[in-house]
Amino acid sequence: MAGNGKWDAGALVDLKRGVVSRELFVNDEIYAQEQERIFARSWLFVGHESRIHVFLNSCRHRGMKVCRYDEGNTVVFTCPYHGWSYATDGRLVGVPLFKECYKEQLDKSEWGLVEVPQWVNYKGTIWANWDAAAPLFLDSLGGMKVYLDTVLDGRDGREGGSEVLGGVQKWIMPSNWKFAAENFAGDAYHNISHRSVDLVGIGPSGSQRRDTSERASAQRLGASFPELGHGATSFLQLEDVPYTSSYQNTPIVEEYFRYCDEERRRRLGKGARLLGLVGNVFPNMAYLARQPRSIAVWHPRGALKTEAWRWFLVDADAPAEVKDVLRRYFLRYSGPAGMTEQDDMENWNYATLASKGVIARRYPYNYQMGLGQEYGAYDSPGVLTDRIAEQNQRGFYQRWAACMEEESR
Amino acid sequence: MTVRTELLSEIEQFLYREARLLDERRFEAWLALFTDDVRYWMPVRMTRYPRRSKAIAVLDPDRHVEEELGKASDLAIFDETKETLCRRVARLDTGMAWAEDPPSRTRHIVSNVEVEPGETEAELRIYSNFVVYRNRGESEQDFYVEGRQDTLRNVDGAWKIARRTIVLDQNVLLAKNVSIFF
Repeated sequence: MAGNGKWDAGALVDLKRGVVSRELFVNDEIYAQEQERIFARSWLFVGHESRIHVFLNSCRHRGMKVCRYDEGNTVVFTCPYHGWSYATDGRLVGVPLFKECYKEQLDKSEWGLVEVPQWVNYKGTIWANWDAAAPLFLDSLGGMKVYLDTVLDGRDGREGGSEVLGGVQKWIMPSNWKFAAENFAGDAYHNISHRSVDLVGIGPSGSQRRDTSERASAQRLGASFPELGHGATSFLQLEDVPYTSSYQNTPIVEEYFRYCDEERRRRLGKGARLLGLVGNVFPNMAYLARQPRSIAVWHPRGALKTEAWRWFLVDADAPAEVKDVLRRYFLRYSGPAGMTEQDDMENWNYATLASKGVIARRYPYNYQMGLGQEYGAYDSPGVLTDRIAEQNQRGFYQRWAACMEEESR
Repeated sequence: MTVRTELLSEIEQFLYREARLLDERRFEAWLALFTDDVRYWMPVRMTRYPRRSKAIAVLDPDRHVEEELGKASDLAIFDETKETLCRRVARLDTGMAWAEDPPSRTRHIVSNVEVEPGETEAELRIYSNFVVYRNRGESEQDFYVEGRQDTLRNVDGAWKIARRTIVLDQNVLLAKNVSIFF
């Protein structure tokens, strides 16, 4: 521990050796410091185009939640405790006994809902930052933008144009949030985790986990942004490759994707050669870019507990049958009952538990894969690797350590 | 409508047997209880305003629909066909379905069985309450408390499940996953 009673992140994360202390995954004090130094300062994904205000959901009088609903329509949020009520823009508009007991001496304009100082709508996704001094969203995103766009842009290459299926999958993971974040940031090594689904074939055309033929002719590309903490894995076609079908079982879907592929090539030219796969926007927003096409957020709920939220995206103007086929595929792949994700839960659960003990904590995790090796040069943003390596995870922890070392403001 | 006691008893026995097949992990036999056109659906459950809330009547004169359950086109926990149920079962035998390897210990408990006429002569609509206790590893445990609505169809003299809707009494799923069947 450092002299000020806070953990010395530099000592916990040794990226020269490629090791990271288990304390990061089990320690309550580190968790508390993360809340202050990472989550109170980072751009956090809060939803998909449903909100135009982002508030702290807590009455200014005694702190009760003023909204306890997932969705709904209202013109006012009334606190059920003492009845302070707030307009949907956060203004305090109603205070019971305002005349009789406050003698009208309460300045209502000072006691509106606490609103997040910065938020942005990026291609339909809403992001917010509690730190008024934080860099702008696009600056924080940096070169990761092209990879994040692979999930948000239309399949036909148009910017944006996606919608989320209604509802949110929410579940509790008995594991530290960083297991999920680093997994999506760059863990292309955990193939055995999901071998069962490759064997039984849950892909859109009934084979493999996904249909990967389009990737056979492409270069795997890991991209890390160690200064920002993001990590992405994509496939880059090195030359124009003919369209390969993935939805042979459903002609209308096949026809839709063939059309989209042509349009995308026409619109993006060489840019269409980048096929997104998976990534994590620091700290806790993860995406799957194509099959399935999904966004997840890992909400920390304690050192040993995380609440996962998952949404699925489709092109807003895709035919209903296309949306339905994709929806069913997404559900058998991801989410708490997804044949792929349910096994991740088991692994992250017991990796966390098996790291708690006094002895276990003495032994750091190994992040040495690809350490010090040369990677190929490609025309794509970020620090790149053209093989399975742990550079993206190292980039994630480099940023983690930098945040944790920055004094609280 | 009064349901004959024999029919009610027959349906209860069907549901109990189904529960036992799941607890004994006889999944192939369990799959045989479903019709080929089954829809096995477990929607997400949202926290919404009460539908008849007076506050909503005052504050939302347009009376937006307040539905707790996800729509058919929304995401869900399960939305399965016979074919995908078969794949889920096949996966369990690969030796690498880690969420169920080692297997969970489960106890499926069915109660509050109601039998009503179905949409056709050959069908019945069944309501039941459902508690599943799951225990894994050494001390891991979960409770899945649900209401189920089934459509049972008489196929050549045997009851088959043609539709199952599973309504979990949770907003945030408190278990880490759903690797078992209901």
